[in-house]
Amino acid sequence: MNGLRNLVDKIKPTFEKGGKLGFLHSTFDAFETFLFVPNTVTKKGAHVRDCVDLKRVMIMVVLALVPAMLFGIWNTGYQHSLAFGLDWGFWNIVLYGLVKVLPLYIVAYLVGLGIEFVSAQLQGHEVNEGYLVSGMLIPLIVPVDVPLWMLAIAVAFAVIIGKEIFGGTGMNIWNPALLTRAFLFFSYPSKMSGDTVWTGGMTRYMAEGTAFQCGNGLVDGVSGATPLANPTLANLEPQFMDMVLGTVPGSVGETSVIAILLGAALLIWTGVASWKIMASSVVGGLVIGYLGYAVGATDLPGYYQLVMGGFLFGTVFMATDPVTSAQTECGKWIYGFLVGALAVTVRLWNPGYPEGMMLAILLMNTFAPLIDHYVIEGSIKRKAKKVKIA
Amino acid sequence: MSNNIYLKKGLDLPISGVAAQTTKKVIVPDVVAVKPTDFRGLVPKLLVREGDKVLAGTPVLADKMSQNILFASPVSGTVAEVVRGEKRKLLEVRIKADETQEYVDFGVKKVADMSAEQIKTALLESGLWPALTQRPYGIVANPESKPKAIFVSAFTTAPLAANLEYALGADFEHIQTAINALGKLTDGGVHLSLNSENYSGTPFHKLENVIQHTFTGKHPAGNVGVQIHHISPIRKGETVWTVSLLMLAAIGKLFNTGKYDVRRKIAVTGPKAENPAYVEGYPGISMKELKDFYASAENLRFVSGDVLTGTNVGAEGYLGFADNQVTILEEGNKYELFGWAKPFRTSQFSASRTYFSWLTPNKKYDMDTNLHGGPRAFVVNDTYGKVLPMDLYPVYLLKACLANDIDKMEKFGIYEVLEEDLALCEYVCPSKIYIQQIITDGIALMLKEMC
Repeated sequence: MNGLRNLVDKIKPTFEKGGKLGFLHSTFDAFETFLFVPNTVTKKGAHVRDCVDLKRVMIMVVLALVPAMLFGIWNTGYQHSLAFGLDWGFWNIVLYGLVKVLPLYIVAYLVGLGIEFVSAQLQGHEVNEGYLVSGMLIPLIVPVDVPLWMLAIAVAFAVIIGKEIFGGTGMNIWNPALLTRAFLFFSYPSKMSGDTVWTGGMTRYMAEGTAFQCGNGLVDGVSGATPLANPTLANLEPQFMDMVLGTVPGSVGETSVIAILLGAALLIWTGVASWKIMASSVVGGLVIGYLGYAVGATDLPGYYQLVMGGFLFGTVFMATDPVTSAQTECGKWIYGFLVGALAVTVRLWNPGYPEGMMLAILLMNTFAPLIDHYVIEGSIKRKAKKVKIA
Repeated sequence: MSNNIYLKKGLDLPISGVAAQTTKKVIVPDVVAVKPTDFRGLVPKLLVREGDKVLAGTPVLADKMSQNILFASPVSGTVAEVVRGEKRKLLEVRIKADETQEYVDFGVKKVADMSAEQIKTALLESGLWPALTQRPYGIVANPESKPKAIFVSAFTTAPLAANLEYALGADFEHIQTAINALGKLTDGGVHLSLNSENYSGTPFHKLENVIQHTFTGKHPAGNVGVQIHHISPIRKGETVWTVSLLMLAAIGKLFNTGKYDVRRKIAVTGPKAENPAYVEGYPGISMKELKDFYASAENLRFVSGDVLTGTNVGAEGYLGFADNQVTILEEGNKYELFGWAKPFRTSQFSASRTYFSWLTPNKKYDMDTNLHGGPRAFVVNDTYGKVLPMDLYPVYLLKACLANDIDKMEKFGIYEVLEEDLALCEYVCPSKIYIQQIITDGIALMLKEMC
């Protein structure tokens, strides 16, 4: 342990300002603080501080995403095996999943963290931890067949335009991970929607007639479509348990309700994400889901809306982003409800978009400050009134 | 106690080193210091020169803005040194104490027969006026004004704070005298807040001529600012005064004995205080007098006051005017391998559930001064609310302060808070933001623009 510290102390001067590699000092600092909690002491104000820091908070979100990620890796292989009738065993499935998903992670982290390091160096501040979470999220919300160069461009757009020009983590208006997805969705719609992008290898098979392992080609009747492509009761009732387990096509990490709920439990228990937003978003989704059911917009009972597509993943991991969500406790109820309600509204009444979660969250990100504004104005007015009466 | 006010939010800091209720030592002071820096915004005027003889109660400084506000020497002796800092800013007036204490005789006075003006004059000439703090802003009270009310907190929740029953129980009569006197300075009465859980256990519930309130809750329930917020919030244009029990005792002694007697029991506390206990001493005593409590001052921090709001005075520094507590703790200037990544970090406390301190609710921790992270922007938004039992939006208030936006500062409650009320927010902040400094700067701006 001391050896490591001595090593770090020995190479530190090289990276300090004026040192040979001084231009890397933010990067060095990021790695050093990754290994060691720094020796800085409180200068003013409270002399002691809680041992929690943003690294700990962020790592909790990363941990909460692990079940969804592991399941996503397995499901990627499983869907491929299913589509091509390969009858793979567990390890084959996982191996294929890793081959497909790992590059997404490598690209997301290399590009995103690279930009973070450069901008921290340019602006002269420490590297923020926020991207640890964004980078963990991004591969889970894209179709597994998305080309890596597109992902790289989208990540760069989201981090530079969505975050760094606002001042970095804590200052951004929109969730950077969702911004990545939105960029892909609107710039390359053919790679982000339709039936064939959700199953690993299918895009390539369609274009080139081959895939990593394609057996005898696509099994008859496999369309690769997600449950959202044809949301009718006749179609989805037999699949209901599959949707809960997550063994259906979809973005990498969004399919399994169980894996997401495991993450949600950790986030709620540690208090890192707001249970109020999650609860009200679920309520919002149910209300509009049943409303649509009642007026005949769909023949699916409302609770189907919760298990389909990215609703739950968005509710648990994206809508609760503390920076871009509503900041006031009352505002969180409103914000969450509208996220859920809007997502299902888009699904039911907008024929152009089968899934509405991404748009709902981004839209509510935009309006979160407005919600907070009115919540606070209201609270201040109430207080003034109370004082007047007393 | 039908009007008991329950405060659900807050945090009792589990720091080790509570002072045992014995008086270990009576300090015979060597050099004591009068520090104008104990008072916000004070522009001091020096009234003595090096070599002057002073008695306990002789004015040493005056407020340049209203020169009838005097600051007195706590001991009799000789002015040894006037310490100045940058731009000749007056920092300390050091007084070498005599072996036996002599007091200026202000004359025993009977409060019942005095008018408000006479009480004011008595407090001003004796140097005890600065015991009265004016809110908003936490400045020395303005003698020209008449406050809406006067607030006193009769219990404390701050980490390791002196036990008021032990430290001041013997001064009950003096405190009563002081309350009778101060009651004449306002039409709103003297509001006394008690801890409902220790209501019958404290002698102070027998104090008369007060409007009693009871509170239940964790720190900062004992902060007078939090109490005012729940009793009668301060609106724009209003002023209230606050005074501590400790200073009430001194004010009472002035009327009952005619002396400026600010002797007090001081709790020496903290993880690095050996056998923490009380000492008897004066404001302005040197930390060097506390040698019995530590082996070597190396790598120790000496805080005059409590660990959340006190002042780092250093091993050679002096106790503050209104403090009756010293906290000694270790400087945390060491690296910790994988600190944040360790699943368990049992020797450190966190109010957050991301660690496991909640499993050991009765454990006390040897806290040090490490920041435990690097400064970041505001990210997590609901941590402050959990430790702030006030109907405020702390992040909005802080951002208004950072933006120097006076309208918004007013709107979000700058009149109602002092640094101490938001100290716990600073403690729990995962972004390691210096919240109290932001409030200090905000208040400084308000004082500059509004006065």
